[in-house]
Amino acid sequence: MISDLLGVFARPGFTTLLREHIVLSAVALLIAIAIALPVALLIRNTRVGAAIAINIGNVGRAVPSLAILALALPLLGIGFWSALVALAALAIPPILINASTGLREVDKGIIDAARGMGLSGGQILTGIQLPIAAPVIFAGIRTSAVQTVASATLATFIGAGGLGDLIVEGLQRRGPEILLAGAFSVALLAIITEIGFGVLERAFTPKGLKIAQKRRGR
Amino acid sequence: MTNPALLFLQDLTGGPELIDWEWLRENFWEDVVPAIQGHIFLSFVSVAIALAIALPVGILSARYRKAYPPVTFVTGILYSIPSLALFSILISLPGVALGPTPVIIALVAYSLLILIRNTVAGLDSVPPETIDAARGMGLTNRQILFRVELPLALPIIVAGIRIATVTIIGIATIGAYINGGGLGKLIFDGINRQFPTMIIAGAVLATALAIIADLLLLGLERYLRPWARARRA
Repeated sequence: MISDLLGVFARPGFTTLLREHIVLSAVALLIAIAIALPVALLIRNTRVGAAIAINIGNVGRAVPSLAILALALPLLGIGFWSALVALAALAIPPILINASTGLREVDKGIIDAARGMGLSGGQILTGIQLPIAAPVIFAGIRTSAVQTVASATLATFIGAGGLGDLIVEGLQRRGPEILLAGAFSVALLAIITEIGFGVLERAFTPKGLKIAQKRRGR
Repeated sequence: MTNPALLFLQDLTGGPELIDWEWLRENFWEDVVPAIQGHIFLSFVSVAIALAIALPVGILSARYRKAYPPVTFVTGILYSIPSLALFSILISLPGVALGPTPVIIALVAYSLLILIRNTVAGLDSVPPETIDAARGMGLTNRQILFRVELPLALPIIVAGIRIATVTIIGIATIGAYINGGGLGKLIFDGINRQFPTMIIAGAVLATALAIIADLLLLGLERYLRPWARARRA
């Protein structure tokens, strides 16, 4: 059984599927970041904008991933590009919600103090708001990343390849070793993503915040 | 000149090739309604079982702090396994056949992290003075748990139920791939038959179900915070 499993990993097609999976997830995540972060920055000082963004984000989060991917099929057709659009759309809500709440929850007193010290709006953003909000923003990106890697498994259903291909092949041909090889590699990829982004999140937390977190006993 | 955006909208709303209303009318009671019922059944049973596990585990984790990190570690790993992978692993186990059972097991596994975390957070949110006061009034530990701590923690626990339910309604659609039934069956049948009407019906109904569940539980959450309402009034 174990050797059958390893045999699947050794197939020449396996690296192709793995590469497809990683490329699809990474590009979708980058597109989502490129859309969600600027929007969060633009609306950071408007109450209405933030409320709209958070509500859109919440509704977006309720949409099942399979629903978005499946809808991309009749609207955009089969293949890589429609899966990419669907996955990017799925990755936006968590980043948008975290980035706009993170930026809004920066203590007003700190911003007032910075303004009193003569800092410009841009300096307040890059020197104060962004560093303080960074852990929350990163938590959103991490959630999106793990979710994107998971949802990319479903890309197989709309003909966009990825490791989901192995699962489908395993189920259809009743090949348990192919099924498990697909399942384990996807699971491992998701867990690596979760842990990797966790490390990044800690790296992007400013020192001062870490001290404050420790004091609060977290 | 035709506006492509307008054409797209036309496709989306009334184009004959995208939504076949005739099919929907004819198959509503045969295909659509059972799919909705199956979906509600899967989600409800899973959240109920998950709650039966998560509440005691959460209460114990809040009491015995050393148990909490390993509990969140294990449930956290379960949570990050992609659903199609977890379904596949489950049906590979001896004695587990295709059908709703592995789907429910997986959905329960996904809910545990959220529910346990919120149970612990809810119990943590009870002010120590309140517990002291209850003890001073002569309540036993059991009475304090059931009459003071759990009622005060309930809004946060319900907030967890809300997140878990919305998550589960989404993941349950994928369960149709291993014959779990529900609205995902419409989506997969639609993909296989290349029939957009079924895909759209399944996707839209699953989304609607998730949003309705979200709003209902949000209402419950607010209702359970009478002190917040009193403060606002």
